[in-house]
Parts: sequence; structure tokens; C-alpha cells
Amino acid sequence: MSLSSSDIKVGETRESVLVEDLKRTRIVQYAGASGDFNPLHTDERFAVEAAGYPGVFAHGMLTMGMTGRVLTDWVGPESLLRYGVRFKAQVWPGDTLTATATVEAVEDTPDGPVARFSLRTVNQDGVEVVTGTATARLDP
Amino acid sequence: MTGQPFPVEAGHIMMFARAIGDEHPAYQGESALAPPTFTMASAHYDPDYHLRPKGDQEWFGSGGGPGVMAEGGGGLHAEQHFEYHRPVRAGETLYAHTVPGRSWEKQGRSGRLLFSERVTEYRDADGQPVVSSVTVAVVPEGPATPKDAR
Repeated sequence: MSLSSSDIKVGETRESVLVEDLKRTRIVQYAGASGDFNPLHTDERFAVEAAGYPGVFAHGMLTMGMTGRVLTDWVGPESLLRYGVRFKAQVWPGDTLTATATVEAVEDTPDGPVARFSLRTVNQDGVEVVTGTATARLDP
Repeated sequence: MTGQPFPVEAGHIMMFARAIGDEHPAYQGESALAPPTFTMASAHYDPDYHLRPKGDQEWFGSGGGPGVMAEGGGGLHAEQHFEYHRPVRAGETLYAHTVPGRSWEKQGRSGRLLFSERVTEYRDADGQPVVSSVTVAVVPEGPATPKDAR
């Protein structure tokens, strides 16, 4: 099921808290599910002593995966046509992330109506960790 | 079909959906839909994927010692873009074809940054495109250095 173009208006926004106080185990869980076992994300000693980071940090794809929910909860899990992000800053254990999706345009295309979104995920200090865009198919 | 086979399994989708904290009913059951970023998990099926420990090879993470930052190991994920041609469902096998894309340089705060794209097309058994993925990686030029604190 998709949304109909009459159900969505330019300028509408949805906000969602993706995670509060991100735990290291959650990052391990994403490593296992995704297959990305880069020790930068799960191995504190490696991250600090070998790589020179203050500690482990989340996979960008964990934040992108969590951010996607603000879209799919809105337009439905089968309606996305495009979804793209930039990773702007690292996400650390302890972070609380909030995603906002905004309708930038509702357009007719040769394949039917679509909605175009901008996306922004910030941490508890208001720092952008992910920005992006998405396009979803709408029912005529 | 040619390309790296990626069997899309219901149990794998369940684990992935849990990991991203999304227990939407559509991602559950034998004919589960895959969440939008699920195709990244095809790394599990890539025999040469470099970010998975392999029994017969040295792993660069910590053990008795702190581990060793690999050459170019300072690489980070800068951007990720997906185009969806149709939804992905449990029970099908996708075939991944990966080719290098564009590459470019930018001056960062502490030296040159080298960006490169990896373009992966996921096709179905009929050769039809299902998901197109563009990964942009960024690697700082030169040896690994202490990183900025938050």
C-alpha cells in the first residue's frame, strides 16, 4: 500500500526518535546482521590504540537503516524509489538520534505521482549525522 | 545469471530488521519484505569481503595486541545511494555485479581526501534490475593519524 497524492502535502514533516543512548551491543548486533565486522565499530581497543579514534562508533549504515524507518512508516515499506544519504558526523555510543523527513515536492511523473523528501538525522547536541533525500511512489 | 549470488532469506531479514530497530510486520515471516538498506548485507555472501574475519587469514583487529590499521584502512563511508526498481522479498536470490565508479579528490581540514564510488547492481534470476547501489568511500591521503575527538 502506498499513500495517495492527496494524503501528503509539501512542507509536511515527520519526526522520529531512532535510538536513545545508543549501546555498543546494538552496534555489535548491526555488525552481525550486516556482515560488516570492521573493528572500528566493535573493537574499542583497536579503535583507540590502532586507529586513533576516541572509541568505537556506529556503522554509517546503522544510522541510514534506522533513518529509513521514518520514511517507510510514512509511505509504506514497498513505495521507495530512491533513498540516498551523506554521512556527516560520527555516531558514538551514548548518542540519541532523531530523524526528520520533510516533503519537498509532490509531482506527476510518466510513471505516476511521486513525493520527494529531504531527510535529516541529528544527535542530542543537534549536530547533523546524516542528511539525505528520498523519492516514494504514490497511488494516483 | 552471472554475478555474486545473494540468497535473500527470511531469517536474515529478521535479524537485520531487529538490528536497525524496525520490527514492522512486513519484515517478518517467510515472504518478508527486505528493509530499504538490506542489500548491504550481501557482504555475508561475498567470499572475498575484507571486513569479515576469515579462518585462514590474519585479522587486523585486537587480540593480544591492539591490532594494526591496514594500509588505506582509514577509509570511511561518505555517502550511500539506493535506487529501487522493485521490492526485495525473502525466498529469491539476487545476483550482485559490482564495478568501480567515479573517483575524485577534495581538500579536507587535515590534508587531501580521496573519494571513490563502488556501483553494485542487484539483479534477479531473470536478469531484471532490482536495486542499484552506489557506495562512496573516503580515504585520507597518507598514514593513519590520531582522529578528532567529538
